[in-house]
Amino acid sequence: MRSVAARRRSPIVALALLLAALVAVGMGYSAVNNATSAKAAVASQSEVEHGKQLYQEGCSSCHGMQAQGTANGPSLIGVGAAAVDFQVGSGRMPLAKPGAQAVAGPTQYTEEQTAALAAYVASLAPGPAIPTAEMVDFADADVAAGGELFRVNCAQCHQAAGQGAPLTQGKFAPNLMQAEPQEIYEAMITGPQSMPVFSNQTIPVENKKEIIAFINHLQNAPSPGGMAIGELGPVTEGLFLWAAVFAALIGLAVWIGIKAR
Amino acid sequence: MSDITKHGSGGDLAPGYLPEADVEHKLRVTDTSPTARRRAERQVAALFGLSMLMVVLFIAAYVGIDKTTTIYVPVLGEVGASNLALGLTLGLAVFCIGAGAIQWSKKLMSDVEYVQERHEMTSPAEATAEAAGNYERGKESSGFAQFKLVRRTLIGALALFPIPLVVMLRDLWTTPAGSPSPDELLKETIWAKGVRIITDPTNLPIRPEDLPVGGLVSAIPANLAEVQEAEGNLNARGKAAIILVRMDPSEIRAQQGDGWDYQGIVAYSKICTHLGCPIALYEQRTHHLLCPCHQSTFDLADAGNVVFGPAARRMPQLPITVDSEGYLVAAEAFAVPVGPSWWGVNS
Repeated sequence: MRSVAARRRSPIVALALLLAALVAVGMGYSAVNNATSAKAAVASQSEVEHGKQLYQEGCSSCHGMQAQGTANGPSLIGVGAAAVDFQVGSGRMPLAKPGAQAVAGPTQYTEEQTAALAAYVASLAPGPAIPTAEMVDFADADVAAGGELFRVNCAQCHQAAGQGAPLTQGKFAPNLMQAEPQEIYEAMITGPQSMPVFSNQTIPVENKKEIIAFINHLQNAPSPGGMAIGELGPVTEGLFLWAAVFAALIGLAVWIGIKAR
Repeated sequence: MSDITKHGSGGDLAPGYLPEADVEHKLRVTDTSPTARRRAERQVAALFGLSMLMVVLFIAAYVGIDKTTTIYVPVLGEVGASNLALGLTLGLAVFCIGAGAIQWSKKLMSDVEYVQERHEMTSPAEATAEAAGNYERGKESSGFAQFKLVRRTLIGALALFPIPLVVMLRDLWTTPAGSPSPDELLKETIWAKGVRIITDPTNLPIRPEDLPVGGLVSAIPANLAEVQEAEGNLNARGKAAIILVRMDPSEIRAQQGDGWDYQGIVAYSKICTHLGCPIALYEQRTHHLLCPCHQSTFDLADAGNVVFGPAARRMPQLPITVDSEGYLVAAEAFAVPVGPSWWGVNS
């Protein structure tokens, strides 16, 4: 019979300890995190001041000291908190490097800092606000209606299955497979970069929920036929047939032709 | 026959037998080793047996697997279990029959090389002469050369017969008196002065203040529903689709008519002038409208002119204004035909 000490050294025990530690840290973090986002709901004067300070340090070189815009960046007056939350929250801003368009990446600011920046920009002039949880709750939305809206309003750039597609001059409409409901909503009301604005008057919040529900369906629906090959349609499917299946057929023909030894 | 005996190694053979070719024949492992032969026999039998097993599995899968069940397969991802099982079993069933037959022929059937002579490509002289004689006799007995009138009227009748087929095509460009010709139908849309602009597919009327700068709306005419009800087809929709975009009025460099915008809101046809793809791929920073089919690019800040691609003419603009209730309406019908260019339509 083994001693308790020997068992403690087993790799499974180490793994269990590691898991327990990770869970504890994660729960602790989310507790602190919830506390901060609850605080962020109310934009206090101190938060605006904090945001202004962050803005002047990190954003003003391109967008101007008064957010009036410069040759290197557009004016932020009136873009609203939603635009800041979308651009900074997705890591598109601050711009990592000049290029055809800003690309999503690791975020440079904490949620608290992002909220402060959003509060500051929102204090400059009225603009689209960050949507509430209710505004992006798509649980009861009609997915089929969302599909129709998506095909009329979104598919021309983001592709019928939301896989993204090229625009002109190296710009592109991003793939939507990782897009969160709040991000989708914010993109529609603020029109980031090349994307046009889809206002709440021409696409009411109920329809926006339907579009979000359809994108969620695209993200999660299984592919009954298997092997969607990027869901890009006949181009990739045809390429697969001509390259892979023809190669296999040629291989079989060669096997038939070789003389047995 | 003399050629065959020259190349053949077998000398004189009874008729019906082909002589072996005059090449070195290499024996296979299965020709010399009984063990290898038995192994090959088992391989072939295993392939045929596997085919039988796959047929049984196919029927079991067809009956037993619910068609909505999905399973995770590496590389393929989440796939329908029924589709996967049916395809694999049926595919393998037929593949194994073929593979077994190939393996059988390669390993067990005789692979001695033979020569087979081809016969001459031309027919024998007697057959050619007989065919020519038949033709001459037919010409003689039918009197085709003798009765000139018959011959000429027959040629005339055959030449005239296709004409009714061409006359029937006339319906393509004529219609009963009073209704527009197909040519005119291609040139006009149901947009007219005062027709309200509504969102597609939600049918909401649009006020100018609903559309922020940088905004885009895919829109249709409000009278589309009744026209579709009356005509029962999609032609009207296909031609009438438009997009509305709003830009800072100072950014509009040119339009197709004076004051065709409304406070920076411009309306353009959604149908590409190249081959008719619907386009709403509008970049709000550059005001370029890009057709995803062949990359024709139109500049909506510059009268919809073509800046790139195969489109031959600019995107038609719809003049707009607001009605007494403050909703956006068409100020006039389209001044030029929308959609792909055809003869006579190139501006």
